[in-house]
Amino acid sequence: MTSRYHADRAFAVLGLLGLLAALAALAALLLDVIADGAPHLSWQFLTSYPSRFAASAGILPAILGTFYVIVLTALMAVPVGVAAAVYLEEYGAQGRLGRIIEINIANLAGVPSIVYGLLGLGLFVRALSLGRSVVAGAATLALLVLPVVILATREALRAVPKTLREGSYALGATKWQTTQLQVLPAALPGILTGIILALSRAIGETAPLIIVGAVAYVRFVPDSLWSPFTVLPIQIFNWVSRPQAGFAANAAAGILVLLVMLLLMNGAAIFVRDRYQRRRAA
Amino acid sequence: MTRSLVERIIERALFLSAALSIFVTAGIIAVLLTETLAFLAEIPIMEFLFGTVWTPLFADQHFGVLPLVTGTIVVSAIAMAVALPGGLLVAIYLAEYARPGVRRTLKPVLELLAGVPTVVYGYFALLFVTPLLQRFIPDLAGFNALGPGIVMGIMILPLVSSLSEDALGAVPNGLREGAFALGATRLQTSLLVVVPAAFSGISAAAILAVSRAIGETMIVAIAAGQQPRLTANPLVPIETMTAYIVQVSMGDTPAGTLEYRTIFAVGMLLFLATFALNLVSNWLRERFREEYV
Repeated sequence: MTSRYHADRAFAVLGLLGLLAALAALAALLLDVIADGAPHLSWQFLTSYPSRFAASAGILPAILGTFYVIVLTALMAVPVGVAAAVYLEEYGAQGRLGRIIEINIANLAGVPSIVYGLLGLGLFVRALSLGRSVVAGAATLALLVLPVVILATREALRAVPKTLREGSYALGATKWQTTQLQVLPAALPGILTGIILALSRAIGETAPLIIVGAVAYVRFVPDSLWSPFTVLPIQIFNWVSRPQAGFAANAAAGILVLLVMLLLMNGAAIFVRDRYQRRRAA
Repeated sequence: MTRSLVERIIERALFLSAALSIFVTAGIIAVLLTETLAFLAEIPIMEFLFGTVWTPLFADQHFGVLPLVTGTIVVSAIAMAVALPGGLLVAIYLAEYARPGVRRTLKPVLELLAGVPTVVYGYFALLFVTPLLQRFIPDLAGFNALGPGIVMGIMILPLVSSLSEDALGAVPNGLREGAFALGATRLQTSLLVVVPAAFSGISAAAILAVSRAIGETMIVAIAAGQQPRLTANPLVPIETMTAYIVQVSMGDTPAGTLEYRTIFAVGMLLFLATFALNLVSNWLRERFREEYV
């Protein structure tokens, strides 16, 4: 009689332990990186170029490269992604074609990022002769985050109440007027949150940019769209791959910078969402 | 009149943006197919798929992809051994047991795990988890499948738990109440009623997790080694399909050579495997949605 109640209690404890174990792994990861990397973080580290000597190496080209690539990625992926989502959600792609587009986007979201790297190598670097450049890297990442932007924007559009659209139509507005003046402004915070999260995924991406040919050892700041470049995750990968202990500390310090960037972006996303929710509650 | 013209132009433009996604898929297939066919023109497909030695970068070249496939399977299997039971346990706890307050605070923290860049997990696997495991398993090599596999499992766990929790949450409360009314405990209700009812949703999550593990790159590129080896031993250095693609890309392999084409042939295999898994996962999720939502 009582044993099944014991089992019930035991399972509750087991579940909590499982959850805490996962969180402990996260804590271990963070503490490990902080312990290895924090002593190496300095102004000099942030503003120096890579070097053969671990102690004097820095991440300036990597930080700027990451910045350029992400801004370009956003410029390419956001307009197209939002437009695609508006079409699918508001205009409702009907029939077979619409169905195919829907399934296709869901599948694209699951394609491994390294395959996007191969696409970028074949399409942008070779076929379009963009070379191993900032613009080729950004275009590759733009295709990678496109499904994420579309899915997030659709979610935000879906959350806009139908009555808003109906009210607008009742006043004689056309479909696009309704979309542009009512639906998009109402969905904007949700869309922004989704975009920030999609870009924070792009910031951490390493594999596709390695395939596209970002170089690990860049002693200059990219000065044009066609310039070779490196990004923070690739600099980290390069340092992790070296056997000397000094470079591992560099990698850890680089990881800290990367994590702070991500934290800031996620903080911004949460801030946008919170403000929106409070405004709606008021 | 002009108003409707503007409307139509805008609708066209929006449609083209949506249709672009089809061109992305077509582009992926075209690029992979072109280079893979060029590769298969020189290497017979049977030798590629069933050969047991993979040494395209050595003087004595062999192009049997099986060692890369087994490497991928071993790491993914270890990752699944962590992510599936762990993720399902956490999902059942969060959906059926946890108080709303606990859930609201712990769930976002758990999702942070999914947001950590994979290169960071690679660092963690190579410089923290593997040395830790070596204290218990002295035979463990510095590069191995076990450490990265476990870390990959931790990374994928939030995906499994979050999708499974959604599936459990979609099961109608009437089923739970029926079980409680018959005197079942929460555990009996969860395991015998709710989990079976959400089975297709949970399998969709599991399959998606497998697809994610197969395609994961940086953890294995950093911590699993670069030695294509036909083995099921998780303690020795191996190489996965993804890690091989990275290894070639880090070097100076000129375009158009056979070595260059190997990465597309391997990429094609990877794409087909993950694509098939994603299709099955989406299909299962659709079916689940039709059942309950």
